Amino acid sequence: MIVKLLMGTILLTQILLVIAMAFATFRVLRGPRAQDRVLGMDTLYVTATMLLLTFGIRTGSILYFEAALIIALLGFVSTAALAKFLMRGEVIE
Amino acid sequence: MTHLAEIPAWAAVLTAVLLLTGAVLTLIGTVGLLRFDSFYQRVHAPTLGSTLGIGCILLASMLFFSVLESRAIIHELLITALMVVTTPITLMLLARAALYRDRTEGSDEVPPPPSD
Repeated sequence: MIVKLLMGTILLTQILLVIAMAFATFRVLRGPRAQDRVLGMDTLYVTATMLLLTFGIRTGSILYFEAALIIALLGFVSTAALAKFLMRGEVIE
Repeated sequence: MTHLAEIPAWAAVLTAVLLLTGAVLTLIGTVGLLRFDSFYQRVHAPTLGSTLGIGCILLASMLFFSVLESRAIIHELLITALMVVTTPITLMLLARAALYRDRTEGSDEVPPPPSD
């Protein structure tokens, strides 16, 4: 009973998160401008972090947490670099 | 899924509620990202997911693993701290970059400057 409840909830959570990622991907693909695409990428990183955490709960493994941490870290760096690029036309001056 | 059977009922229900809350909030945020009209409206929407959404899911993960292994597992606080620190920085950088680009192009989408 409890296992069924948890499995069903985790599956539903993952489906909702994948739909959210699909919306963000649509924003990345359709623009209309560069800053919208960067915003979509940032949302995609956050949602991917959450999806990996739910994978971790599902399998009971700590390994997924580390992947989620790395995605969150790289998401920050890449969004900051892209915003700098949009502002100045260069990342490292 | 043997490890799921070792979880007591209260922890399972709490984990399920937290997971669903986080996912639904994230979905609402991305619907806003999809449907709002201008960039300055859209930049607000996904923060629903990157604050409360990921917060709920991190709480669910902390609760689940702490109960599963009968000791406090709080390394999810790393992601929490990272998100709390980085989300405002990235979105402010991005909004300022967009404002700069729109102003130099003379776009009429730019919100007016503060009055005082």
